Amino acid sequence: MSAGYVTGGRDRRRLTRHLRLGDRAYRRVLQGFGVFVLVIFVAVGATLFIQAWPAFKHSGPGFVTGTTWDPSHAIYGAVPFIAGTLFTSAIGLALAIPIGIGAAIFLAEYAPRRISGALGMLVELLAAVPSVVYGLWGFLVLGPIFQNTIEPRLSWLPFAHGAPLPVGLLLAGVILAVMVLPTIVAVTRDLANAVPATSREAVFGLGGTRWQMVRTAVLPAIRTGVVGAVVLGLGRALGETMAVTFVIGNTNAVPNSLIAPAQTMASLIANEFTEATEPFHASALLGIAVLLLVIAVIVNALARLLVWSVSREVRETV
Amino acid sequence: MSVVAASQVDRRTLIRQSARKSHRRRQIAGVVAAALCGLGLCIALVPLISIVALTVSKGIAAWSVDFFTRLPTPAGIPGGGIVNALVGSLIIDGLAAVMALPVGFIVALFLAEHEGRLANTVRFVVDVAAGLPAITIGLFAYAIVVLPEGHFSALSASVALAVLMLPIAIRAGETAIRTVPQDLWEAGIALGIRRARVARSLVIVSALPGLVTASLLAISRAIGEAAPLLFTAIGSQVFATSLGQPMASLSLVVYFDGIQPYPDLQRTAWGTALTLLVIVMLLNVSSRLLARRMRRFTR
Repeated sequence: MSAGYVTGGRDRRRLTRHLRLGDRAYRRVLQGFGVFVLVIFVAVGATLFIQAWPAFKHSGPGFVTGTTWDPSHAIYGAVPFIAGTLFTSAIGLALAIPIGIGAAIFLAEYAPRRISGALGMLVELLAAVPSVVYGLWGFLVLGPIFQNTIEPRLSWLPFAHGAPLPVGLLLAGVILAVMVLPTIVAVTRDLANAVPATSREAVFGLGGTRWQMVRTAVLPAIRTGVVGAVVLGLGRALGETMAVTFVIGNTNAVPNSLIAPAQTMASLIANEFTEATEPFHASALLGIAVLLLVIAVIVNALARLLVWSVSREVRETV
Repeated sequence: MSVVAASQVDRRTLIRQSARKSHRRRQIAGVVAAALCGLGLCIALVPLISIVALTVSKGIAAWSVDFFTRLPTPAGIPGGGIVNALVGSLIIDGLAAVMALPVGFIVALFLAEHEGRLANTVRFVVDVAAGLPAITIGLFAYAIVVLPEGHFSALSASVALAVLMLPIAIRAGETAIRTVPQDLWEAGIALGIRRARVARSLVIVSALPGLVTASLLAISRAIGEAAPLLFTAIGSQVFATSLGQPMASLSLVVYFDGIQPYPDLQRTAWGTALTLLVIVMLLNVSSRLLARRMRRFTR
């Protein structure tokens, strides 16, 4: 860190005490840009809130507790979309976490180095595939497979009743899992590769097997970082619009089955905003955006704090 | 004497047996765990490879000279292309980059040079903003550009993508600037050069390859986004070049054509998806190669 381009702490203060006029102006300009960026992101939240205010006032607390969304009668309740968002994200993470961590551990600990490097880079590149491409694939390829092959075989599961459709909650969750997988695999693999060789050798020296080494030396060391990556993935899944809008089925009701069509907050906005002509309709959709924004900010702040605490731990142990 | 020896032998075999049993148990646990992890990798790779393989095969089937040089045709009439979306994406993303990257890199310089409460606040807010849902940023651009102007426009789409690119440009830019050796900065200060001049002529110049990498990453992230364009650029069937008009974009074509029940529009969607994929991969791979080259250079 000390070699990097920053002069921190006391040195910097001593150096900046006697600044020339030009230098002081330069500093002010940089600070001004910093403040400008803060203003932009505060403005995002403030603008949405101001636009959503009429709907909030119209619906009152019923906006977050109501289960009916009926623009033609100006009834706006967000519960179906909050439920749809939480369910799809939960399905996505429940699938992506075990598969992603398993895959990353295999790449980092078991696969030959060359294969691991090549597959790792492939996975990292896949993280850059646009979400609209995931959506297209989910809608045109995975949807029919779900309708014809997978969903008819799931009827023994609780909460999986209903006619098999090429859209629905489960399909949206699976697409989200596929989307966040590359991120989870890449981060977990990097963290595992960063575990010092000495702690691995300590377990081997005691006669431990490779799996015992992974369990006692690698997994505890990377736990917090993986949780941070998972929470970041959760943030991405909650706000994902395009991939979900393709396959969710656009039904404005609380889903009563795992395979029922539903609606998330983001897909609702994508579907209805350009056709919102009823009173308070556009404003109510902006209200949904405010709720989504609040959830996303909380989740991302949490992830950031987790990642910071990891880097502090690493700094303290080194 | 012999009794003691016998019990010692017993103990030894007992220990040996239990060690063998424990060894076998641990071996089996290890094989099971490795198999499960390998299974995880296989399950993870199947959909990811399927996406790429199908996009490539179906996309290439849709590609032709007409596809890249003609305007879109209504469903059922063959020979349509995506030239307006190609140019539209270029204009929208280009303008967004022009708006976001300079500001982003100046803020990155601020974060790299300064410590204190303001810098920490900016860093935290930028980190959180990097995870904002793209659709909420689209609504923000709608509220501050489309509503006052009274019509959808390419300009509003560029504003949305610029806000989206800003956090990426700032964080990647800060990383790039921090790789510049501190000695360089100190040498400049010791010569009595003004700080603004040191930053411009020494720091920014040395960080230039890193900043190019950051730009490519930010652009590649923005070009695939469709959600912020839904209520801003909104898409178009004609060749629009004015920033005040609705404009087509590659990502919007994938969505609007992909959800249609007409096979020829779905074909266009696949072809456009492949075009997007190729652009994004080219941007990512070149930024990666550049970063590797830079690392070798600084070493």
